[in-house]
Amino acid sequence: MTRITFAEAARRALAAEMRRDPLVWALGEDLVQGGIFGQYKGLAEEFGTERIVSTPISEATIMGAGLGAALCGTRPVIEMRIADFTLCAMDELVSQIAKVRYMFGGQGRAALVVRMPQGMWRNSAAQHSQCLEAWLTHIPGLVVAAPGTPADAAGLLMTAIRSDDPVVLLEPKNLWTAEGEVPEDPSPIPFGVARFAARGDAATVVTWSAPVPVVEQGAAQSGIPCDVIDLRSLWPWDEAAVIASVRRSGRLLVVHEAVTVSGFGAEVVARVVEAIGPAGLRAVERMGAPRAPVPFSPPLENAMRITPGRVAEAIRRVAGA
Amino acid sequence: MSNETARRIAMLRDMARIRAFEREAVAAMRSGEAPGVVHPSIGQEGVAVGVCANLRRADRITSTHRGHGHAIAKGADARAMMLELHGRAGGSCGGKGGSMHIADFAVGMLGANGVVGAGIPIACGAAQAIRLTREDAIVACFFGDGAINRGPFLEGMNWAALYRLPVLFVCEDNGFAAFTRGSAVTAGGGPAVRAEACGVPATAVDGEDVLAVDAVAADLIARIRAGDGPQLLHARCYRWDGHTGTDAAAYRPAEEAAAARDRDAIRRLAAVLEAEAVAAAEIAAIEAAAAAEMAGHRAAAMAAPWPEPGAAFTDVQDAGAPA
Repeated sequence: MTRITFAEAARRALAAEMRRDPLVWALGEDLVQGGIFGQYKGLAEEFGTERIVSTPISEATIMGAGLGAALCGTRPVIEMRIADFTLCAMDELVSQIAKVRYMFGGQGRAALVVRMPQGMWRNSAAQHSQCLEAWLTHIPGLVVAAPGTPADAAGLLMTAIRSDDPVVLLEPKNLWTAEGEVPEDPSPIPFGVARFAARGDAATVVTWSAPVPVVEQGAAQSGIPCDVIDLRSLWPWDEAAVIASVRRSGRLLVVHEAVTVSGFGAEVVARVVEAIGPAGLRAVERMGAPRAPVPFSPPLENAMRITPGRVAEAIRRVAGA
Repeated sequence: MSNETARRIAMLRDMARIRAFEREAVAAMRSGEAPGVVHPSIGQEGVAVGVCANLRRADRITSTHRGHGHAIAKGADARAMMLELHGRAGGSCGGKGGSMHIADFAVGMLGANGVVGAGIPIACGAAQAIRLTREDAIVACFFGDGAINRGPFLEGMNWAALYRLPVLFVCEDNGFAAFTRGSAVTAGGGPAVRAEACGVPATAVDGEDVLAVDAVAADLIARIRAGDGPQLLHARCYRWDGHTGTDAAAYRPAEEAAAARDRDAIRRLAAVLEAEAVAAAEIAAIEAAAAAEMAGHRAAAMAAPWPEPGAAFTDVQDAGAPA
């Protein structure tokens, strides 16, 4: 194991995949310069500007060209710079990439990755801070992964690149510089397999992406023995692990950075209720953002933020402590 | 018979097959035998055939909601297309796509598209992949005059010129963006001026003269194959029918459509062939064979089985497929 940042883990994983497979290439804004978070640093030097392509600020064509390139047998990694800019390429993602295989009766595969750094980061305000995973999990055809640790950043990126499905990789902006233990020689992490960050029978806490380290701290602070489940991928997601945990605890807390209303937490809760019935649940709570845009000023942004203290309180409430 | 005459006869056959296919498709749609809607390209056959006559099997095309002609001209399986229009098993897409999503990857037909202009970024990326894999092929990207008012057109022109991609952009200008005259919603000088502003050379051609389209496309495609970067072909033509097979096109004078029928690309080529001593009976036989082929495909489609309902849930995705 080696202790490196989220960005460095992802950078090394992409480099390894590009060494392994000459059909893997990346396109997006400022990639030759290393990308805005350093996650492409040095790759243009190693792989050349035909495989690390800096593009115009043309999101629709970045996304659509990635699809065309996939249909001709290459494996593009499409960089959206930040998830919010995907909104300028939604037709290409939702109505083209997600549907080509189906519409054409299986003739074409969109074997590609769309990287979307998402969430709050250093007071970036309303247009640069959104978490839109619920939009994407709603779209048939897409795989959605959301790593919350450096090791998962590497492993899930590798799986995404090798997948024949189109994969949206939501990379938390707030964690690019977070450090963690990463295997020297990382291997792919399968989609739909959650990671237990802590174990305990008093409550089940489900989370993903940027809140992962916050929830781990909050759970420790609460003093309550609970399962802390990092889903790691949202479609497919590890329903079996969550359902089994809630069967033991009877108490479920879902924590995400996205707006609570119509968030993916609602899907998690609904599936658990369908599976174990309302009588199996003694307490349920969702913790997310209020239905408001993300503000700029630090105290305003902090008012939206999920903190270990808030998580600890919620765990105590749910556990009935 | 000269090679040139033989080539022209092949173009006549392709145009006749496209027209016969679409006549059957419109009739099937109107009778209710084919579900949904079709967008016929009758009157525009010269553009598809004149361009695709200069493409090889390895070359790719992207197409539009009005794409039957592009597919047939590129060599797509017309029987499978007709079954697809009827929603039957054995259709090009197994009945999952219909008229607006015909694709035939075996001949490089990367798909019609239900979203105006959406093929442009896809064509750019296809060309980038072709370059990356050192494949000897180009991409022809068909779109209508309505597409030039969408952002992907501007993005794609800049993109293709920037990377000097092997793409022939074909703006098939039939005068109408759905129900609205293109000139009523398009400011400035049109597709050629816009393309040239991004560094994509543009050439205009009479799209109702297949030999003119063929000659210009041959020249532009030769330059693209030589590595000179993208080109735009602005082919003016006229959509004889309405936007869809049920649109009576009451928004335009009947004389205008009648005049377009008088400029029929098929009859114009037939006249050239007759002047080259091809017998009128041979031409009539080609057209009759095309009509018989497509009528046969329509009958086959009506006789073909429906897809199994379970097929609605296949080919969605591998990871997280519908339970």
